[in-house]
Amino acid sequence: MKRVHLYLLAGILAAIGIGVFFHKFFVLGFPLKPEERTDVWRVEVQLQFEAAGGPVKASLFVPYRTGDLAIVDQSFVSPGYGIVTEPQPGHGMRAAYSIREARGTQAVYYRAVIQPARVRDEVSRAPTPVLQPPELEGAQRIAAEGVVGAARQRSSDAATLASLIVKWLKEAPRGGEAAFLLGPQPTPRRIAMVAAQLIQFAAIPARVVNGIALAPERRDAQFTHWLEFYADGRWQELYINESHRAPPHQLLAWWRGSVPFAEITGGSELHYTIATSRSYELATRTALSQQRALERKLVEFSLFGLPLQSQALFRTLLVIPVGILLLVVLRNIVGLKTFGTFMPVLIALAFRQTGLAWGILFFCTVVGLGLAARFYLEQLKLLLVPRLAAVVIVVILIIAMLTVLSFKLGLERGLSIGLFPIVIMTMTIERMTVVWEERGAREALEQGLGSLVVGTLCYLVMNLRIVEHLFFVFPELLLAVLAVTLLIGRYSGYRLTELYRFRVLAR
Amino acid sequence: MMNWFRTSALLRAKGVMGINRRNAEYTLPHNPRNCYPLVDDKILTKQLAAKAGVAVPELYGVIEIQQQVRALPQLLAKFRDFVVKPARGSQGDGIIVVTGRSRTLYRAADGSLLDDHEMCFHVSNILSGVYSLGGQTDKALIEYRVNFDPVFEAITYRGVPDVRIIVFRGVPVMAMVRLPTRLSGGKANLHQGAIGTGVDMATGRTLTAVWRTEIVSEHPDTGNPVSGVQIPHWDTLIELAARSYELTGLGYQGIDIVLDRDKGPLILELNARPGLAIQIANQAGLGTRLEIAERELPRLRTVADRVAFARERFAHAGPSTGPASDEARAVVQQAPIVLGE
Repeated sequence: MKRVHLYLLAGILAAIGIGVFFHKFFVLGFPLKPEERTDVWRVEVQLQFEAAGGPVKASLFVPYRTGDLAIVDQSFVSPGYGIVTEPQPGHGMRAAYSIREARGTQAVYYRAVIQPARVRDEVSRAPTPVLQPPELEGAQRIAAEGVVGAARQRSSDAATLASLIVKWLKEAPRGGEAAFLLGPQPTPRRIAMVAAQLIQFAAIPARVVNGIALAPERRDAQFTHWLEFYADGRWQELYINESHRAPPHQLLAWWRGSVPFAEITGGSELHYTIATSRSYELATRTALSQQRALERKLVEFSLFGLPLQSQALFRTLLVIPVGILLLVVLRNIVGLKTFGTFMPVLIALAFRQTGLAWGILFFCTVVGLGLAARFYLEQLKLLLVPRLAAVVIVVILIIAMLTVLSFKLGLERGLSIGLFPIVIMTMTIERMTVVWEERGAREALEQGLGSLVVGTLCYLVMNLRIVEHLFFVFPELLLAVLAVTLLIGRYSGYRLTELYRFRVLAR
Repeated sequence: MMNWFRTSALLRAKGVMGINRRNAEYTLPHNPRNCYPLVDDKILTKQLAAKAGVAVPELYGVIEIQQQVRALPQLLAKFRDFVVKPARGSQGDGIIVVTGRSRTLYRAADGSLLDDHEMCFHVSNILSGVYSLGGQTDKALIEYRVNFDPVFEAITYRGVPDVRIIVFRGVPVMAMVRLPTRLSGGKANLHQGAIGTGVDMATGRTLTAVWRTEIVSEHPDTGNPVSGVQIPHWDTLIELAARSYELTGLGYQGIDIVLDRDKGPLILELNARPGLAIQIANQAGLGTRLEIAERELPRLRTVADRVAFARERFAHAGPSTGPASDEARAVVQQAPIVLGE
């Protein structure tokens, strides 16, 4: 009865786990291998101003309708400020930081993580724009009519017309109509604005797009400007600077129109700096952010919905069950002896920080020196709790000493030794001493070595990139791990070491 | 790899029980958790046994708190020889057997000498839980030191030999005698190097002996034959074992009995998770015997029934002295298990 119950439970758990896994893999297209990487950009805006002492409201545009790029994560960092985002029709999305009272230099931040989108953010989903032809008068109107008229004659459709206007504005010979419209020493922004006006004058909806070029490690990115015109039922880009079209340049559209990027009330001296950086990340996130509504829900309620920092934690947390499963196998099926039930897994976690060779070296050194100290303390006949406390202190001292020593020797790995589980090490030393005295050095070393071997094996498995990736992307696999653990819980066959132990009986 | 499967198959054919099977099929289902404290705490075991009229080594005193440790030398002054042990110790850890005195020093069974200070420290350690299961605080017992029956004198190196009997729901299924050696430091624990000899359940005579992992016929320290020795009071021993089920309520347990020269069989302790080395000592698998016992259980109503059943069905079939020869083993395998019918 119990057996049937167990098999049923394990079967259901494994079926759910593996079922969800297959669904995510085959239907939703989650990557099975961690190698599939993609660019990830991080953008940070710092907004600085002098607050006058009263209520302050600072607002800035955040990237919106970003086309080929998708914002996968964004955050607003601003001590004490309330944050409201409000759409600005025709311009984009505005975030307003407000506070009741502020004085002196203030800084607020906006951060975004951006990735190439698999599915384009369809600009065409926006309603058909209403044409707002510019109101030009006198000489300006005549000049505009001249440029647009000539362009219309030499073009076949909206796209060629628009690009002709841009081309002429860029070339703009002195004394010509284009130069007159632009004014003296036009900036690229001025060119974009005039081009948008002229295209609208030709009865094609057009607007200026303000954005930044994503570049690896820019501390002070500048806004660049290009155009969008509406034709064939969708917005199309038109670059002032042709080189922007080339692949290494990734332009992140931020807001539209000629309104300023940031505004402030209740303060002055508004500055902003924009920094960009690039990092690689799993293709997973891209796969994730591109799902349809229902699937999006599934993703939102997964680990990917968490902030990056918590995700890093779960990357570690989710491989622990794998280590524990291995530990169960090694203890209950192979029959290795270890100190403490889960000590080897904790050691394996510490090894993840130090690396294997250093980890083993540090572990042996700390336990060895700790044992020596413990044997010395034995002579003093201390009571248990103070003795344990003394060993903890000694262990910390040893760790501090080793860290300083390895740092002076230029071994950077040594710095991570501080992550060793100190209390666990102390208990290991204590247990080892007792076993040493009661059952001899052989048994103590056997168990110590057993712990180290199990810890190493756990580390090797837990540190496999594929394992970390699989369990983070498909945490439902833990249900299968649970099922296997439950089954081992009723395993009543021999342990491998018992075959050796009882070998006399098998003759 | 192939060898492993072969060994595994051979062991299974012999009915040898592994630790996983012991836990999954015997200790977990048959030992209710609430009965564990009765055997894990030796003071409780003693009280229980005393209530049931079962002989145990006399309790001289209990040290429960640190303050009492100071009075320890005074308490011990009354006794020439005694045993200090943790109430919740396991595998014989933390036990000191004092056999006598040398001026102000205590002479331990392993030949070492301790002064009052060291004795008090040892008791303090016991109290703080160094030897207890799970490290909880513990109590220290001071009890009568068994003057073991001279029958084992020739085959014991210091320490106290004892008889371990595995009892399944009141049916004694397997027994062994544990003989301390120089290697085991006077302890009757197979892990630590004591000798284990199998016991013929029908007669109470020792069978082959195992020391560490090899089969031996003589005590490694005294050189005397360890097989074919008749355990005195076997009738009483096997009956004590059969009655221990009603005593503790544990379906699967090991009972350790010592034979005192003057007081006869005394229950030393009960064990809810008895080890499996007994199978090596007996050259027989526990699994087979447990299955037989389980099958016949409904038929066995009284203690007498169970004792009779055990003596009849678990009797040794081959020659009872010395390591069984290949021929003898062949006989064992061919002979029906049921003897004496």
